[in-house]
Amino acid sequence: MSDVSKTIRARPTSPHVQVWRWHLTAITSIMHRITGVALYGGTLILAGWTIALAFGPEAYATYMGLLGSPLGKLVMFGLSFAVFFHLAKGVQHLIWDTGLALKVRAANAGAVATLAFALVATVVVWIIAAMTGAL
Amino acid sequence: MTDFRTPRSRAQGLGAAGHGVSHWISERVSSVALIPLVLWGVFAVLRLARSDYDMAVAWLASPVNAVLLALLAVVSLMHMHSGMRVVVEDYIHRRITKTGLLLLNLFVCALFGALALFSILKVALSGGAY
Repeated sequence: MSDVSKTIRARPTSPHVQVWRWHLTAITSIMHRITGVALYGGTLILAGWTIALAFGPEAYATYMGLLGSPLGKLVMFGLSFAVFFHLAKGVQHLIWDTGLALKVRAANAGAVATLAFALVATVVVWIIAAMTGAL
Repeated sequence: MTDFRTPRSRAQGLGAAGHGVSHWISERVSSVALIPLVLWGVFAVLRLARSDYDMAVAWLASPVNAVLLALLAVVSLMHMHSGMRVVVEDYIHRRITKTGLLLLNLFVCALFGALALFSILKVALSGGAY
């Protein structure tokens, strides 16, 4: 035994996000969690709507006024994207749970499909909202 | 290979954590249920966004709307409770903080579930009389 055994080198650690090349499956996986946390707030807003309705016309008008304000619309826009993204990514996860589409090519295609669906569905829903006078 | 597990532990199938795969399965079951419920919810929001108070009450007085909204609320709250629990368990390692946040998560979900269910029933059954 030589001096080598006395020298304590830092243990090797696995690569972290700073040194990893970003790829779509990682980005959409992180976004799945972020949109999930955002939808936590979204569900509380939905529950708040039922409570405001049960409190009567004035509480309901105040609540709808908040949701219809510029900030409220921004929040609703973000939530609509979060709904569609989390839905699509969740479906990809359910497919993965069956053991299918786990190869890199299929996983990447699923990530692209998730993003495309979320963007298109969000835009379509807001176009419908504008056309039906819901804005 | 020697198996140190007792026959009873094998039969129960609850594993080292003591609750088996029930948490994993309940996440999947609630997510499958939420696919149609959320799509219905998006169309409900589009409709309700241009409703005044009376129209909203009339909408919720329909049994189909009241039941689907109640299911959407309850299943969403169960699903988001599972999800937030995993987030807390992943990132918070100080035991007292973790326990506090897990309790807060449970209580917030249970409170809003009870409030939403009562409110939906009140409006649906009374036609908005308050």
